[in-house]
Amino acid sequence: MNEDWALYEVFIRARSGLEHKHVGSLHAADARMALEHARDTYTRRQEGVSIWVVRSIDILASDPEEAGELFEPARDKVYRHPTFYSIPEEVKNI
Amino acid sequence: MRPGLKFLYHIRLGSVHMYTQALDSCGTEPPSVAPAGEAERERQFQERIDRDEKIEPKDWMPDAYRQTLIRQIAQHAHSEIIGMLPEGNWITRAPSLRRKAVLIAKVQDEGGHGMYLYSAAETLGVSRGELMAQLLAGRAKYSSIFNYPTLTWADIGAIGWLVDGAAIMNQIPLCRCSYGPYARAMVRICKEESFHQRQGYEIMLTLARSGTRAQREMAQDALDRWWWPSLMMFGPSDVESGHTAQSMRWRIKRFTNDELRQKFIDATVPQARFLGLSIPDPDLRWDEASQHYASGPIDWGEFQAVLKGEGPCNRERLAARRAAHESGRWVREAAAAYADKHSDHRTGTGPAPGYAQAS
Ligand SMILES: [Fe+2]
Ligand SMILES: [Fe+2]
Repeated sequence: MNEDWALYEVFIRARSGLEHKHVGSLHAADARMALEHARDTYTRRQEGVSIWVVRSIDILASDPEEAGELFEPARDKVYRHPTFYSIPEEVKNI
Repeated sequence: MRPGLKFLYHIRLGSVHMYTQALDSCGTEPPSVAPAGEAERERQFQERIDRDEKIEPKDWMPDAYRQTLIRQIAQHAHSEIIGMLPEGNWITRAPSLRRKAVLIAKVQDEGGHGMYLYSAAETLGVSRGELMAQLLAGRAKYSSIFNYPTLTWADIGAIGWLVDGAAIMNQIPLCRCSYGPYARAMVRICKEESFHQRQGYEIMLTLARSGTRAQREMAQDALDRWWWPSLMMFGPSDVESGHTAQSMRWRIKRFTNDELRQKFIDATVPQARFLGLSIPDPDLRWDEASQHYASGPIDWGEFQAVLKGEGPCNRERLAARRAAHESGRWVREAAAAYADKHSDHRTGTGPAPGYAQAS
């Protein structure tokens, strides 16, 4: 019953100048088939000029339960933003 | 170890097994604490929903939410796949090359919709093979509408206009559904549906407004047969439907079945009038007080019978789906054998010959 081909994640560049964006996933026997299925499944209306496929199992992701700890260190570093610094009004172009 | 990196894991849990593990790990807490912890998590989960936050695959979610979504998304996916059959029936007999190209494109879109939806269901920990096996074994539900036959070319017009029209009414609110992958699949689907409805209405226009008398009658006959089953697509009345309240609390559903059905009737009646066709409902009338059309009772007995497998085409649809699955077996086996034979290319240091490396 459970004889699925490998799961691939599909990323598409909508047009040159843009980054590839995750659009979904599909099953395929190999990488070439994954590309061809991605073409048929996700670009029937010229949605892209380039496709990446990557086996889902090869992607590592952070754990949402750990998001607090993971992203917390950035929260108190407001000095990384330009608005942290007050500059007198008469100073221009800065 | 850096905080937050203790558990790096795959973006897809990919199988029920791994979800079971995740749930098991909740169970390792002391028994006296576990129920309270669970209730607290559920409360926090509902708060996220109430804030209109999206739930993503690896976020904690109550098991009932997961199961409700698996059931709904799978039924939806199966409907797209089985829905290819009644229309596919007319591809070889489309009256012109233009109509044929359009119908092929539409049927291919429906196959694509099925793929987006299976892929969304899989993020919840059910495998595609399992879903397919349920469908082929006749254990899965799909929309009752696809168990009606397509007897004439006008049925292809009526399906696009009414069936896709009803599907659009159902699907637009699902684009804002609380579960991220389902909502994103629905956005993609809704973008494609509008052409489906328009091409159907265009077929009806050609038959009903510029056609011969026989063609007008064919259009009216198609409307007569598809009207009530299309209204049934929205599901049982709110008083009957057990799932509605909870699904609305979870923001999987945004409107009740009856609200959506009413919207559909209000939108469709004037379109029928423009075609010069009459809706087969003697009780249909404009209600000035509510500013909606009032309509006659739906034969829910018929709906239940079709769901139970007693519709005109239930057996035929499943048989066609099984035959397609079986006759594709050698292709799948050949592809797998080919992939095995060439797997040394993939496990090497670079991509297989002929592939550009992602950069
Ligand atoms: Fe569809
Ligand atoms: Fe459609």
